[in-house]
Order: sequence, then structure tokens, then C-alpha cells
Amino acid sequence: MIKNIYVFGATSKIAEETIKNFAKDGANFYLVGRDTDKLEIVKKDLIARGAGKTEVEACDALDWNKHPMTINNADKAIGQLDLIFIAHGTLPDNEGIRNNQMKVIEEFNINCTSVISLCTVASEYFEQKGKGTIAVISSVAGERGRQSNFIYGAAKGGVSKYLEGLRNRLFEKGIKVITIKPGMVDTPMTKDLKKGLLFANPASVGKQIYKGINIGRDVMFVPGYWKIIMGIIKSIPESIFKKLKL
Amino acid sequence: MENTNYLSFNKYPKVFPKEVLFPIWLTDVDKLELDDSVLCYGKGKSYGDVCLNENRTLIDTTNLNHIIGFDDDTGIIKCEAGITLKEILEFTVPKGWFLPVTPGTKFITLGGAVANDVHGKNHHTAGTFGSHVTEIELLRSDKVTYKCSKKDNKELFAATIGGLGLTGFIKTVEFQLIKIETPFMYVESIKFDNLDAFFDLNEESEKLFPYTVSWVDCSTKGKKMGKGIYMRGRHATKAEVNKSFEMKDGALPFPIEASFINNFTVKAFNKLFYGKQFSKLSTQIVPFEPYFYPLDMIDGWEKAYGKNGFLQHQFVLPYENCRKNMHLIFEEIVNSGMSSFLTVLKSFGKAESPGILSFPKEGITLAIDYRMEGEKTLRLLDRIDKIVAENNGSLYPGKDARMSREHFHQFYPNFEEFLKYKDPNFSSSFYRRIK
Repeated sequence: MIKNIYVFGATSKIAEETIKNFAKDGANFYLVGRDTDKLEIVKKDLIARGAGKTEVEACDALDWNKHPMTINNADKAIGQLDLIFIAHGTLPDNEGIRNNQMKVIEEFNINCTSVISLCTVASEYFEQKGKGTIAVISSVAGERGRQSNFIYGAAKGGVSKYLEGLRNRLFEKGIKVITIKPGMVDTPMTKDLKKGLLFANPASVGKQIYKGINIGRDVMFVPGYWKIIMGIIKSIPESIFKKLKL
Repeated sequence: MENTNYLSFNKYPKVFPKEVLFPIWLTDVDKLELDDSVLCYGKGKSYGDVCLNENRTLIDTTNLNHIIGFDDDTGIIKCEAGITLKEILEFTVPKGWFLPVTPGTKFITLGGAVANDVHGKNHHTAGTFGSHVTEIELLRSDKVTYKCSKKDNKELFAATIGGLGLTGFIKTVEFQLIKIETPFMYVESIKFDNLDAFFDLNEESEKLFPYTVSWVDCSTKGKKMGKGIYMRGRHATKAEVNKSFEMKDGALPFPIEASFINNFTVKAFNKLFYGKQFSKLSTQIVPFEPYFYPLDMIDGWEKAYGKNGFLQHQFVLPYENCRKNMHLIFEEIVNSGMSSFLTVLKSFGKAESPGILSFPKEGITLAIDYRMEGEKTLRLLDRIDKIVAENNGSLYPGKDARMSREHFHQFYPNFEEFLKYKDPNFSSSFYRRIK
């Protein structure tokens, strides 16, 4: 039973739509994000939906020195954590930044380094407690590098690979590691993209993630059809793939 | 979303904003530039141009969908105005609370419900949606957020309810829910033979049921003109629902699978639901969704009208000479042969609407869809408007794309009063058309 939840990136649309479902079950929350005003909006919404004790803390993803403290604070505020849910991220304009070294490093740090930092702290925490679940929003973009989105894709690919190993390492300790790979979701992060048929509704994506976390799945594509799409994309030989406009 | 996606539900008129703002958090709203001509856009479910702002700015409010507070003891809920009725129902129904008033779709935003002061099947017992609103937080272009209620800023409150989004940015809405025992409805469906039979049945039903509505056939002439099905209902009790599960499954008669609309399918549709094999009176226990939102269950039905879109036209006629006037209008419609997919006939009760520009007033209201066929369609609607105007009726701005300026001012004599509270920097295609 998942009762006490720490969320990093709690103002992300997918995170919000996921934790709304846990709120209905009466879970307690520790919400971390950049902006406390926005976190307060999420907090009120969760409480109206049935959440128990809910606290917020401001922390930037790149402020990794603070990561251990936020998890400690969460433990003190709402009790022993059952789930650490890492959901922050940014979608850079790949073409716009690809020759900007500092920008590329920053994007990589937000979408990969900071996630690995948090996972490191989370594993240490759960290893001490002897149980727990780490769930991370990665992306289908991490399945294969494509010219339109390879900076974000590389970061998410790094996250997915890291989680594979971490899951393997923590399995015998009874700690679950869940990799969530959403496809294209109609959220503020994708507002500038042209919306096609493949775009999923955030509420239904959130519900599927909630179910997947409760069941304790290892890797989940949301919606599920992305597993097939990415399977096909991954199967294209590199000699052909490099010529495609994807 | 691209600017060309910001249309109204009926895809007419096809006019686009120059720019779309996209606040993600309520805290972003205070920072919006409101020094140009702006208008909030929710789900774009109104028909016509009240939600459009050609060549100017729209503010997409759909990310502002948080619940701010809910009191399970009193049933008072406060939400950001971009939340949809669907999202509210998903939250409240399991807790035993329902919307005090709901229109025929749950895909609209709360802000849109207030701005159009929407009505539903229970108008004769509950009035409009605005009658249940306890507080509105309204941001004006002077950068001040006004708390509006029956006590504070009450003129601004009355202007904002039914104010078509022209009084400012509706940030939050607090309103009173109603208690329900079950998510099911007890519904009686009764066939009636013509318009006169409708009037008789309606008089009786209004006294017995909180929800009433009827579907009317607009393609049959003569003695059967205005035949249809009357559906009257109330929220079902636990005992009724338990009992009904032992009975066979009974869904509302709703046999729509039309991929295109022409006279043939319309006739077939009307014949099907009118000819559905149930006795003169049938009683059913159904989930609330098919009762309140039958069309929401058919994804994209509005596209059946094709790329030219369609017009919806809804008027109200006061009771005085109502039977005679309604006959006149039905004859116009039937003789035109421009029969409609969905025709809804319903009475409005005595309840005074809370908004300065609210549409409902006591009488009978008829809502019809017309396939857009250019001049021919427009001329028919002008003829109907004339009868409505001559008989102290009115037309619903939320479903209008073409009424004349003269008629609007006749239907809404309080418009000058309303203008005192309009925000100078808020505008819409509708407003510029009728002002």
C-alpha cells in the first residue's frame, strides 16, 4: 500500500495527473518543485481530492546539493516514504540549441544528471528502510536517437539505461524501480508541437501510470501502443535510419 | 495548438485569432498582458462567435483546472475556471454531489458555464447555473482581482454571469452542488403526437419532475407536426437502483450512427427514435450520462455536418400566445425542408436569471441545428427571429453566429446597463458584431 509519496517535479502535468489518483486513496504527499506558489495550487487540489498530510518545498533540479535534504525533510514531515516519484523535465528546442554547448549541457543536466542524482539519494534511503518504490518518468524519446530530438532523447536514454541497472541492483533488496516511458502527451511541455492522433490525454496517462505503479511494473510505455511503435523504430537498420527525417 | 484550431463547436464562422496566450498556472494569469483586445477561450463548445476573437487575442484557459476547495458537509466547491464539468463530475459524483444545473454537454469549462449562464433540463425548478454561484474572482485589465458575489461587487457579479466573457478574466468560481443518492436517473419517456400534446404534457410534467426535456421531430407536417418524445426524470434513489438491477437492461433509445446528415438520415433518425418499440410510457433507471449527455457519447458528431459547419439556433417565447407562435415557427421549419438532426423543446420556469445578459426567461425554448447552406439557411433563421422578436421572445447569444444588431438590442434591453461593467480591453467577434 502506497501511503507516503515524495514527488520531485510535482507541478509537471503528468505528475499532477498521476498523483491525483493517489490523493483519492488518501495518500500523504511531499511535493517538490521550483515554485512554491504553483506547488500550493497542486497541494490544495490534492487535499480537496482526499490527500492527507501534504507539504511543499522549493528545490531546483540542478541544485543537487539540496536533493538529500529534501528527501530527509519529506521523511520528517510525512513519515517513512513508500514512493519516490521523479517527474521533472524540460523539452528543449533541439534545432535551436544543438550548437549551443552550455545550453546542451544544461538540458542534459536537468533531464538526466539531476534524475540520477535523485535516484542515488532515493536508493540509499530505501536501502536503509529495506523497502520502497522509485518511479521515474523517462520517455519514448530515449529509445532511439533522432535528429529532431536527440538532446532530450540522449538524456532520457541515459535515465532509462541507469534505471535498468538500478532495478537489477535493487531487486534482491525488495526495492522496486519503475521506468515510465510516456509517448506524446498533450501537456504544456508539448504546446508548441503540432498535435496529431498519437497525442494522449494527460488524465488518462496519469491514470495508467498510477495503475502501473500500484501493480509494480518494471517498464511501462504509456499509452501502451508506444511499445509497438518504438519496437518498429528500433528495428530499422542504422544504415537506413540515418537517412530518415525523424 | 495552432491558431486555426481555435474555432467554435459548429465551425462557423471560420475566423481566427491573431495570437493565443496560454497561461499554465493561476499565478501566471496576473502577469498576462491585458492591454489589447483579449477574450478567454475554454473548450470552444459554444456555437457561433461568443468564444471567438478574430485577429485579436484569445487566452486558452484549459490548463487552469485545479480544484481549490471542497466542503463535503455543505457541497460548496471552488475551482479554477478552466476546469471542465466532466472533471468536476468525476470528482463529485463518487462523493454523492452533482452539478446544480448542467447543459447538454459536460465538455465545457466552468468559466464558460458562468459566462453563458447556461441552463439545463431543470430550469423550471433550479433556474440557471449562475443562480448557484456564490463567488467569482475576476481579474480586470486594471490588474485588480475583484471578488464578486451577491454581497461584494454585486453589479460586476450580475454582469459577469451571462456576460459572455466581456467583463474580465474569470479566475475562479465557487458554487453550490446538490446532493444525490445515486449516479442514476429515474426517467419516464412518453411519446406525444403533436405540439399541442407537448404543451399539455409539459404542464403536467413540470409539477412532477425536476428535469424535463423533449426531442421533437421537425420534418413531419400536418396533424403530427411537432410529435416527439418527452423525457422527464429525477435522480434515482438507492432503492430504485437496487430494484432495477434485477430487471433487464434498459438504455435510452438513442440509435445514432450517422456518418453524414441529409434529409434521409434525419428522417430515419426521427422515425427511429419516435418509432422505437416502447409503449406510450416507458420508465427506466439509467446512468446520469446518457440522460444528461447523450451526444457526448458520440465522439465528433458535429463533424457529421461537413466542412461548412452548421448553425444552432435557440430562442425562447413567452407563454402568451405561445402555442400559436410555436405553430407558426414549426410551419416555417417544416416547410423549409431544412430539418434538423436534433431538436430540443423545453420550458423555462419563473426563476429570474441572475445575470444582466442572461438568456432564459419564462416560456418555451426551442433549440435546433441547421446545416449551413448559406443564404437559404440565414433567411429562414431571420424569418424565425422576426416572429420571436414580435412576440417578446429572445435568442441565446451562446448559440448565435448571425442575429442582427437590431434584434439583439431588442432582446437584451439591459445591454446599455451591462456596458457599464464591461472591461474596456475585453472583446469578442460576437460583441463587435452586435454592439
